[in-house]
Amino acid sequence: MSGEEFVPLSLTPMLIGVFAAIACALPGNFLLLRRQALIGDAISHVVLPGIVVAFLLTGAIAAWPMMLGAAGAAIVAVVLIEAIRRLGRIEPGAAMGVVFTTMFAGGVLLLEQTDTSTVHLDVEHALYGNLESLIWLDATGWSSLLYVQALMHLPVELPRIFLTLIGVSIFIGLFWRALKISTFDEGFARTQGIPVNALGMALVITAAIAAVAAFDAVGSIIVIAMFICPPAAARMMSNRLEGQVAWSVFFATLSAVLGYVLAGYGPLWLGAYDAVSAAGMIATVSGLILAVAAKFGPCRSRTGAPQAA
Amino acid sequence: MLFEALTLQLGYNATLVAIGATLLGVSAGITGTFLFLRKRALVSDAVSHATLPGVCLAFLLMASFGGDGRNLLGLLIGSAVSSAIGLWCLNWLTRNTRLAEDAAIGAVLSVFFGFGIVLLTVIQTLGMGRQAGLEGFLLGSTAGMLWSDAMVIAAGGGLTLILILLLRRPMTLVAFDPEYAAARGVPVHLTDMAIMGLVMAVTVVGLKIVGLILIVALLIIPAVTARFWTERSEHVVLLAGLAGGVAAYLGAAISASAPNLPTGPIIVLVSFALFLVSLLLAPGRGVLAAVLRHRRFQRRVHLRQGLLALAQGQPIYEKLTLRLLRRAGLVRADGVATDQGKARAAKALRDERRWEIVRGDQTHEAAAALYDGLRDIETVLTRDQIAEVDSMIGGPQGVAV
Repeated sequence: MSGEEFVPLSLTPMLIGVFAAIACALPGNFLLLRRQALIGDAISHVVLPGIVVAFLLTGAIAAWPMMLGAAGAAIVAVVLIEAIRRLGRIEPGAAMGVVFTTMFAGGVLLLEQTDTSTVHLDVEHALYGNLESLIWLDATGWSSLLYVQALMHLPVELPRIFLTLIGVSIFIGLFWRALKISTFDEGFARTQGIPVNALGMALVITAAIAAVAAFDAVGSIIVIAMFICPPAAARMMSNRLEGQVAWSVFFATLSAVLGYVLAGYGPLWLGAYDAVSAAGMIATVSGLILAVAAKFGPCRSRTGAPQAA
Repeated sequence: MLFEALTLQLGYNATLVAIGATLLGVSAGITGTFLFLRKRALVSDAVSHATLPGVCLAFLLMASFGGDGRNLLGLLIGSAVSSAIGLWCLNWLTRNTRLAEDAAIGAVLSVFFGFGIVLLTVIQTLGMGRQAGLEGFLLGSTAGMLWSDAMVIAAGGGLTLILILLLRRPMTLVAFDPEYAAARGVPVHLTDMAIMGLVMAVTVVGLKIVGLILIVALLIIPAVTARFWTERSEHVVLLAGLAGGVAAYLGAAISASAPNLPTGPIIVLVSFALFLVSLLLAPGRGVLAAVLRHRRFQRRVHLRQGLLALAQGQPIYEKLTLRLLRRAGLVRADGVATDQGKARAAKALRDERRWEIVRGDQTHEAAAALYDGLRDIETVLTRDQIAEVDSMIGGPQGVAV
């Protein structure tokens, strides 16, 4: 495929997909090890009421209010889960189930009650996003990457998700040691003077920010898949946290690229005419990667020791 | 309007939906209880999301063989098959790899759902105009429900209830104490599979009414709600069924009473309202009860400390203590003890001394273990024993109480 076609139509969606996948997979590694993997699931459900409320307040589909609304909803959800868990002495899984289903139901109800027929805001869009539409029409080929004028018209999602990725990376890089210690041995981390609770909260908030930014670009289904599948597959590949994170970044990139290509061109190869959902395909590919890793990964067994070669 | 809806006078379709939803709510509440007690509430989330590819594949299969792709029974069978595969993947991942259950749940949920969405777009692009019904499975759609659909749902709900009735003993045992159940000879693994099978059945039946994203709520919320009201498992099961049924019935009625009120979300919100009421007001485990209990305890501590301070002639500065003492008529407004106050204070000090003796004496070990600084000694020792202790203390006796 030539650059003239690839750059405007496929380069930006693919990059956005890759950045979103990595931004979710990085905090996902720690959430997985802390047995909080389903936080991503909960957050991606509660984002819906957040954006609907933001839409009702501002009356327009604008990026920043919606992201603020989504982030607000995510924080409300985390606080509610914690409150219900403590007040009602309910196990965390059930508390989470109560909160995110209720908030999602509230979002759907609000959406049905308001007249959103004039704007593009519906549940399906929230679920599986619209990665394919994030094209860069001003590009004419690889050379466009050098023109400031053309670069000005990049889809706004691209710089946004890129900045989010940088932010997430900086957070994890800065607190790497503290995160690592508190994830594996909370008691020891406490004796070292690491603020364990604050750090845990910061991790969840970072994950929420990544989820909201990725959601804006690619819909919630990728968010859940990328929080869990690449880190889970990476867990089968390495016993060291460094190795796991590196593998998860690799797997996330692989799923995003492969998923996008398969969704865009797979049906053409099979003789069909139209592409299928890229978001769904990326999630599917990440699942296939996990399946292969779970079957053949060197560190897949529970004892943790690498299998004899 | 709402009254008519509640008394099933709002027409054929609304009545069908209300009855179907109620049956579904009852069986979901009961099934969810076992899941909740087994601490696997979120497994239902994976099961429900895993139905989507099955629905789509069944549609494609039926349509390609020239049938009506929207036959509800066919779609439901497809969804059951794919959620069973999802469940198998989930169990395989938790058993054979180092992943914890929550990670396996998330992986199955997202991958199956993603694949389902791929299939949905395939159906859209194949230009099958009549696919509109399939999106309804995401959030449920009760408008235009057919008699045959309602029958499928009602029969499914009824069948689930009968199965629960048959299996309730082993399921209760396993949910509470798997080791004990195994020792009694209950096949734990099989029972677990039965619970999951029931969850699957409820999910599949509920797809049409509440949709696959919100069916989780029907399984989790009633069980959590019921748990607040009782400590007995049979009662939790019954109450959860009741809460689920009431929520589903009310929700269906409310949604039928006005336009733009989708059934699924309304049922979930009614269910959450019941939960909220229980969280706040339930006796024993509720928030209000806990606050009252705390206040009562606080008052006892303050009164006790105040009396001891009076007895030892120490001044009291604590405002709450003073207020409590004054209200009980034990001190005057200027902080000086009344006669009754003096008597109670002397008794409190004497009790403290009695406890001291009891706790220092090996023979009273069992009684001493009950000491918490607040318990009246009369509730622990007999009058003879107290007299014996008093003889060890000596000194003046017979203070008026």
